[in-house]
Amino acid sequence: MAKAESRIIEGKIALPYRWAMGPVITRFFEEFKNKRIMGTKCPKCKRVLVPARKFCPRCFEDATEWVQVSDKGKVKTWSLITFEFSGQPMEPPYIAGLIDLDGADTAISHFIGGVDLSNIEKAKDKIKIGMTVRAKWRDKPEGDIRDIEYFEPI
Amino acid sequence: MARAVAIIGVGQTKHGRREDVNYVELAYEAVKAALEDASISPEDIEAVTHSSMPSAMEGINAAHLYLSGAMAALDRPLMHIATCGSTGMSVAHSAFYHVASGLFDVVMAVGTEKMFESDPQGTMNTVAEPFFQRPFIPGAPGIFSMQAIQYAHRYNLPDERVREAAARISVNHHDNALDNPYAHIRMKITVEDVLKSRIIAYPTRLMDVCPSSDGACAVIFASEEKAKRFPKKAAWVKGLGYAGDEAFFGDSDKVVWESAIIAAKEAYKMAGITNPRKEFDVAEVYNPFTYQELIFYECFGFCDFGEGCKLVEDGVVLRGGELPCTPSGGVLCTNPIGATGLIRVGEAALQVTGRAGERQIPGARTALAHAMGGMDQLNGIMIIGSQL
Repeated sequence: MAKAESRIIEGKIALPYRWAMGPVITRFFEEFKNKRIMGTKCPKCKRVLVPARKFCPRCFEDATEWVQVSDKGKVKTWSLITFEFSGQPMEPPYIAGLIDLDGADTAISHFIGGVDLSNIEKAKDKIKIGMTVRAKWRDKPEGDIRDIEYFEPI
Repeated sequence: MARAVAIIGVGQTKHGRREDVNYVELAYEAVKAALEDASISPEDIEAVTHSSMPSAMEGINAAHLYLSGAMAALDRPLMHIATCGSTGMSVAHSAFYHVASGLFDVVMAVGTEKMFESDPQGTMNTVAEPFFQRPFIPGAPGIFSMQAIQYAHRYNLPDERVREAAARISVNHHDNALDNPYAHIRMKITVEDVLKSRIIAYPTRLMDVCPSSDGACAVIFASEEKAKRFPKKAAWVKGLGYAGDEAFFGDSDKVVWESAIIAAKEAYKMAGITNPRKEFDVAEVYNPFTYQELIFYECFGFCDFGEGCKLVEDGVVLRGGELPCTPSGGVLCTNPIGATGLIRVGEAALQVTGRAGERQIPGARTALAHAMGGMDQLNGIMIIGSQL
């Protein structure tokens, strides 16, 4: 049977966006300028939620009390990314992870850096769940998510 | 109590790279097959529920509007549901609710996706909010790999043991897909092939990961009264459950995974399942990544926590075992995301009515169908049986 023709046409959709952060996230990043990581505490379950947020999603209570947490913590989990995809935040290989900051009850997503990744097999043995890491701050933080370049093992 | 609801028709496309048809024609292929399977006409459909990934996947916003004609949805209610990977399960649940409520007698759920038309990971990145998670997005394999590493660590399992179990799951599903004429990836592989395939995101390797697929599925739900009038043997929805975790990946535990556990518990309660391993004859577990399937076995109570590898080593969940999982080859071999969860439901219905062809588990009477979506956020289950 002859293969019926099905022609491909190409297109592209690129849209600009303006995302309002709201006052809580705005303050969270303002505190970054002083190299401080802040959470908000749920009055009901008493968990310190990081990143800071307006309300506790479990208790549905306003989390109005601000609490500073450490910029040091423990690796909750991690993965060594070796594949490429579009919109990727950095060129692979890199390590993405979840960090349990001291004083926080939720983990944040970030990179784990300061690890030699030239040999993948060796690199993967250097990262362990539970190992202590600390934020590597930019010299001049500007109140941006990238003020912390990555978390590095100490 | 809700009314009894039957599944009276299942249709799916051949999945894969389907550049031979456009998006509408792909949906039409599945819907036509489901109508033929149920031996009913489009006029019999009273409402339609549709699922797909976020619109960026195909670059056509609110695609259910474009697909309305292909889904026999003219002159009747049409709704679209978007819960990422679990969306195919969500539309099945929605169709069930329609009929169980007593307001509709025949409702069709349709899931569609055409992943070769764009950049799937690019679309999936945008599911993460832009402030805290998207700037560090590790891609779907990275997210699931983090879960896998945590799993091995939690139960102090040697990496080699977990990798081997994951590889055996991959081989089992690839073997199964060879018996499924609709499957996308159909090739014979060995444990060695999986273990030697290249690392995507440590510890996940290429053959631990699902493909991107084009494909569609349609499943027709009917009331007891209507189901008895249609000649094909009906399957019956016995129970369902659905639950979600927080939007932030770091807020909840993905090893003892609350949303998966709750979804299963709710469904078991409704269906009267007390010993899932004994009572299910077959399960269609949503498994885009091999490692994740081990976690699901545990959260669904097929074994104790930390015992997932043993279930594979003992062959319990493999073809020919006590509870064969995913005889269709599953998500690992076919993943048109908007349709994937619904395919699990359709496959479960085919199994309990003895119509699953070469992939039939002999004598299957009770089946579990499952889907997961978001950044490890949502889990849904439907239990399907051969008896009312």
